[in-house]
Amino acid sequence: MTDNAKPKFAMYWAASCGGCEIAVLNIHEKILDVDANFEVVFWPVAMDAKYKDVEAMEDGSILLTLFNGGIRNDENEHIARLLRRKSQLLVAFGSCACEGCIPGLANLSPAGEIVHTAFNTVSTDNPHGIYPRASFDVPEGEITIPKIFPTLRTLDQVVDVDYYMPGCPPESHQIGAVIDLVVKVLHGEAQLPPKGSVIGAGNSTVCDECTRKRNVKSITSFKRIYDVEIDPELCLLEQGIPCNGPATRSGCNARCVSAGAQCIGCYGPAEGVVDYGARLIAAFASVIDSTDPEEIEAILDGIPDPAGQFYRFNLAGSLLKAGKPAWEKG
Amino acid sequence: MTQRITIDPITRLEGHGKIEIFLDDKGDVANTYFQIPELRGFERFCVGRPVEEMPLLTNRICGVCPEAHHMAAAKAADAVYHVDPPRTAKMLRELLYSAFYVTDHATHFYALAGPDFVMGPDAPVAERNILGVIHKVGLEIGGKVINARKAGHTVIEMIGGRKVHPCTSIPGGLTKGITNEQRDEILKLGQWAVEFGQFSLKLFNDIVLGNKAYVDLILGDIYTHRTYYMGMVDENNNTNFYDGKVRVVGPDGAELVKYAPQDYTQHIAEHVEPWTYLKFPYLKAVGWKGFTDGKDSGVYCATPLSRLNAADGMATPLAQEEYEKFYKTLGGKPVHQRLATHWARLIELLYAAERWVELASDPEIASDNFHTKPTEIPTEGVGIVEAPRGTLTHHYTTDERGVLTKVNLIVGTTNNYAPISMSIEKAARSLIKKGTVVTEPMLNMVEMAFRSYDPCFGCATHSLPGQMPLQVTIRNADGEPIEVLKQFC
Repeated sequence: MTDNAKPKFAMYWAASCGGCEIAVLNIHEKILDVDANFEVVFWPVAMDAKYKDVEAMEDGSILLTLFNGGIRNDENEHIARLLRRKSQLLVAFGSCACEGCIPGLANLSPAGEIVHTAFNTVSTDNPHGIYPRASFDVPEGEITIPKIFPTLRTLDQVVDVDYYMPGCPPESHQIGAVIDLVVKVLHGEAQLPPKGSVIGAGNSTVCDECTRKRNVKSITSFKRIYDVEIDPELCLLEQGIPCNGPATRSGCNARCVSAGAQCIGCYGPAEGVVDYGARLIAAFASVIDSTDPEEIEAILDGIPDPAGQFYRFNLAGSLLKAGKPAWEKG
Repeated sequence: MTQRITIDPITRLEGHGKIEIFLDDKGDVANTYFQIPELRGFERFCVGRPVEEMPLLTNRICGVCPEAHHMAAAKAADAVYHVDPPRTAKMLRELLYSAFYVTDHATHFYALAGPDFVMGPDAPVAERNILGVIHKVGLEIGGKVINARKAGHTVIEMIGGRKVHPCTSIPGGLTKGITNEQRDEILKLGQWAVEFGQFSLKLFNDIVLGNKAYVDLILGDIYTHRTYYMGMVDENNNTNFYDGKVRVVGPDGAELVKYAPQDYTQHIAEHVEPWTYLKFPYLKAVGWKGFTDGKDSGVYCATPLSRLNAADGMATPLAQEEYEKFYKTLGGKPVHQRLATHWARLIELLYAAERWVELASDPEIASDNFHTKPTEIPTEGVGIVEAPRGTLTHHYTTDERGVLTKVNLIVGTTNNYAPISMSIEKAARSLIKKGTVVTEPMLNMVEMAFRSYDPCFGCATHSLPGQMPLQVTIRNADGEPIEVLKQFC
């Protein structure tokens, strides 16, 4: 079989940190399986390729594209549309593409304020109020940079997505499992899951993977993690630490919780959960050991940042999508 | 006729940094612009979040060096709470960080920079990559690099809880310690890392220093800038990556300032331009004088070379030997030749490995005393570490609940934005002249100008084949392409 007869594979990053790429590198020798079964046509991490090379391909000629990163500017959107057109299967890869991730918290503010803040920090020397412009005339000619959108959007808010692979970043063993599955499909030994499925993750919650003991299911206060002498055996939520495990999809082997840190929710909503924050609020409410409204109020005050607590990774992909200020002119 | 050359390194960049080279009527370089097109807004949207989450949130600035943000954030959060973590916690953080340095520097040297030297800057494109390196110096080297990556990540996961985006640092220390068994394994891996560091320096010595053409290239003018240099030092003015004061020396090597993290705003300011999303830090005492070097320009550099220039030595014996040899070979301090950064990086790798062993050997490293509960009211704090790509500053202000009200970040590569821009311009001016045909090796020589800085927006460590693909379009005055050159397509 010549290289050109192999199905084509692509991977791309939009507004992301590069951690998804590192997670893929961390599958080590499994990379060779990708190489053996695919012709890699576009993968900035591993090879040379250019937009115009992708533009020149026939529509639908790439079998599988893993797309990580959210859609923050017009360049991100352009590439998302291009890769959608060229790909038979487009996977939203990692938390940013699936649900916006940490950069999605920018949707709590107007985009103008994001730029304004960055260009007016305590160390910034900007007495004349200079801000970056999408197009600017320098003495020698016009130069351009991408235009920031009012909000950060998830991949499926911009183009049609076939599969979702959550995690910040997706765990390497899960990436390896997905590659195994795809190779089997190529050899006629397995079927693809239904379109729209979440792949490379579990079907339950982080709590189901967590090995910590659960005893009482009630708490009288929320505590900050640095304020607790952490019991290495006991459920963190029972220790009063606002752990996002109950609403978060399984698949990571409860990695952070095993290390004594709370689940921060990077695997996104658990199976069947429509709105992550709503589910987590319900989960926290159910463990609060009080019926007195004032006392409940006081207990809830133990969560200093509800927006961040309940929508840390999921704001852009939630029913809310953004805070009200993001829609106002900034 | 005005010509424009657009170097658009589309791949292997996070975002899509762009170099515009404008030629004048004669066909010489009139000006160059290096643009950074991305802004995600961490300084705005971290406001309102609890400060103890910053080591987790700011990890997501960069998936290549999340360890650096995790540490700077943890130190800033300690400072906000006025809490001093126990010795074991500080050692564990620095141990994780040392292992990270070995991994990161190894990846950069072998995958990215090595090919230029091992294969030569004008070697055939198809050979100028890590595979070419392996073919030339032997297969076992590939195994060693993979081992270095694995060893580092093993330690990062043991202490940090995860391989990517560590999660265990909190104000006052860590959420967990390590067991004696883990300590033994970490120590063994560290001892191997020291050997790997020595091996890497020997390789550099044999292949690069043993070749006069390369030494001439390193010492040549194309890649030389006389700027200020920044680096963190310990109480003996030796390089330290995790803790200490930030020292700045001038182009003549004399100390300009040595400041504690909380005083950084007295010494550093950031210049802005309307054509890029990234800012240009400079030394306040000297002032912003534009994209120019010399004693009167506040432009400074923060790289492995800068750290060596800013220090008096290395705190570990093997690295110190190499440090002395470095300056003896290159004609004394400071060294201004940017390509020497690659050598400096390997000396730092060896130091990090030695430090890794030192910390893992400490009797208190596996102690249970890994956290001090903060008791004071949180206010304001600055945390600084040396990221592999430059001094990393996190500055937080909170309300009395520890909820952030102000965030300022000066990220590693940002320090070097002005010098990188200058290096690109100088290389372009030296190489692109009226009547010259722009060739692929010439483009690679321009590219080498910024590769030495290991720019994070280049996501240098992402790059397996070790090359930044460049496409150069030469346009006439009407914007029509008259020639298109591709580097290794």
